[in-house]
Amino acid sequence: MIEINNIQKTFGDKKVLHGISAVFEQGKTNMIIGASGTGKSVLLKTIVGLVPPDEGNVLFNGRDFYHSNRDEQKSIRREIGMLFQGSALFDSLTVAQNVQFPLDMLSTMEKDEKEERVRFCLERVGLSGSENKMPSEISGGMMKRVGIARAIVMNSQYLFCDEPNSGLDPNTSIVIDNLIQEITHEYNLTTVIVSHDMNSMMEIGEYILFMSEGKKVWDGTNDDVVHAESEILQKFIFSNKLMRKYKSNS
Amino acid sequence: MKSLGKYMIFLGRLVSNREPFRVYRKLFFEECILIGIDSLTIVVLVSVFIGAVMCLQTAFNLVSPIIPKYVISLVVRDMTLLEVAPTFTAIVFAGKVGSNIASTIGTMKITEQVDALEVMGINSASYLVLPKIMAGMFMYPILVILAGFLAILGGYIAGVLGGVITPDEYIYGIRSDFMQFSVTFSIVKAFVFSFLIVSISAYKGYFTDGGALEVGRASTKAVTNSCIAVLIADFFLAQFLV
Ligand SMILES: Nc1ncnc2c1ncn2[C@@H]1O[C@H](COP(=O)(O)OP(=O)(O)OP(=O)(O)O)[C@@H](O)[C@H]1O
Ligand SMILES: [Mg+2]
Repeated sequence: MIEINNIQKTFGDKKVLHGISAVFEQGKTNMIIGASGTGKSVLLKTIVGLVPPDEGNVLFNGRDFYHSNRDEQKSIRREIGMLFQGSALFDSLTVAQNVQFPLDMLSTMEKDEKEERVRFCLERVGLSGSENKMPSEISGGMMKRVGIARAIVMNSQYLFCDEPNSGLDPNTSIVIDNLIQEITHEYNLTTVIVSHDMNSMMEIGEYILFMSEGKKVWDGTNDDVVHAESEILQKFIFSNKLMRKYKSNS
Repeated sequence: MKSLGKYMIFLGRLVSNREPFRVYRKLFFEECILIGIDSLTIVVLVSVFIGAVMCLQTAFNLVSPIIPKYVISLVVRDMTLLEVAPTFTAIVFAGKVGSNIASTIGTMKITEQVDALEVMGINSASYLVLPKIMAGMFMYPILVILAGFLAILGGYIAGVLGGVITPDEYIYGIRSDFMQFSVTFSIVKAFVFSFLIVSISAYKGYFTDGGALEVGRASTKAVTNSCIAVLIADFFLAQFLV
């Protein structure tokens, strides 16, 4: 479980986050949703420890990240896996080396053990056979899969995904979304996904935090979201024709 | 001034809170190969030709019959050891290796690869930059020694083929009034310059923000700024000579 309390962040004289609080439960795909430029990525970066907030705290199963010493922070970081918006694969390493990288840097495993773990993770994301390809040789969807494999290779407890389906076609998007959800359930992870994709939200949003202009506007489940009172949220959900049709029929 | 402070803090981050030694060792060797191979061809070409040109131009300028011919190679030798090998090569090195370092690290920055390292709890600055600085400071003096040798050789070839000096005169010239110190001085310069070039280029790359355009800009800035730093350092080091 991850708990965030009153997160505030200002860049220069622009206040990007206005005190956001939420609880992201274990075993669920939690989503942070909102329009472009509302501060979703900044919020995610404060949660994973890349951008320290001006105010507020982030608790990983009760452990306060920003008020821990360096060693405690390091041990929390070892439990964090992250899938970046552009996958952020190391472009000088092959697919298998990318997945193995956290093990090389952070674990004390033997060589065989590492290779076995890499093979397992690549198979789990459906990428057996691409071990020796370079990141520049594979498609966007495959890169996301490699990113996911790298994020779970350390047996992480927390999985963060920034726009996991940006740049993917609708079909591949759903496949990647479902993969993230399956993995979350399978390993009982605390997963936080940032997205502005309505489809993913309806598909896998077990908890939804809707943001607008750096503020929390609404939170709840994807079953409740269509009935939410908030006008901005309604506008966001029913921005496409299909959803408007659905609304008038129901 | 502000960026000088930021640069100092950046250097501090390289050494504080490092990764285990074994991690750097592997990267160090990889970087040595990259840096060495990257700059070898151009350094060889430039030094041979500069040596040749120096020899011919010195000969051209020494028209007076009372000055013995061997002075030509003496001049070539001193200019090579004091300036051409360490400083001129530094400019070439900055153009080749510096820009490469800035664009590699800059690309990693804008594609969030640096963030990916940080999320894993790795000191990204130290992980990416320290092995490059070490490898640069290891390889560059070797390149300088090579450049010095090749420049003098270039002078010999041009001088002899061009008929301005005989082989015996040339050898006599490069051996007369030889000061061991100029070689030492040249190596000291090599250490200082390579540190400046690699660290400044890495710094420029590491603080890239934006897109491909900014990476290109960072790489250009890396070259100009490290060249300026090298020339300033060259000036201050020259004070030791007088
Ligand atoms: N390092 C930074 N320095 C200054 N301003 C920043 C920085 N990072 C983000 N911002 C600003 O914060 C605001 C929110 O940005 P953020 O990237 O979080 O948006 P987002 O909700 O993720 O949008 P998108 O869906 O387009 O990714 C933007 O106005 C951006 O300009
Ligand atoms: Mg974003």
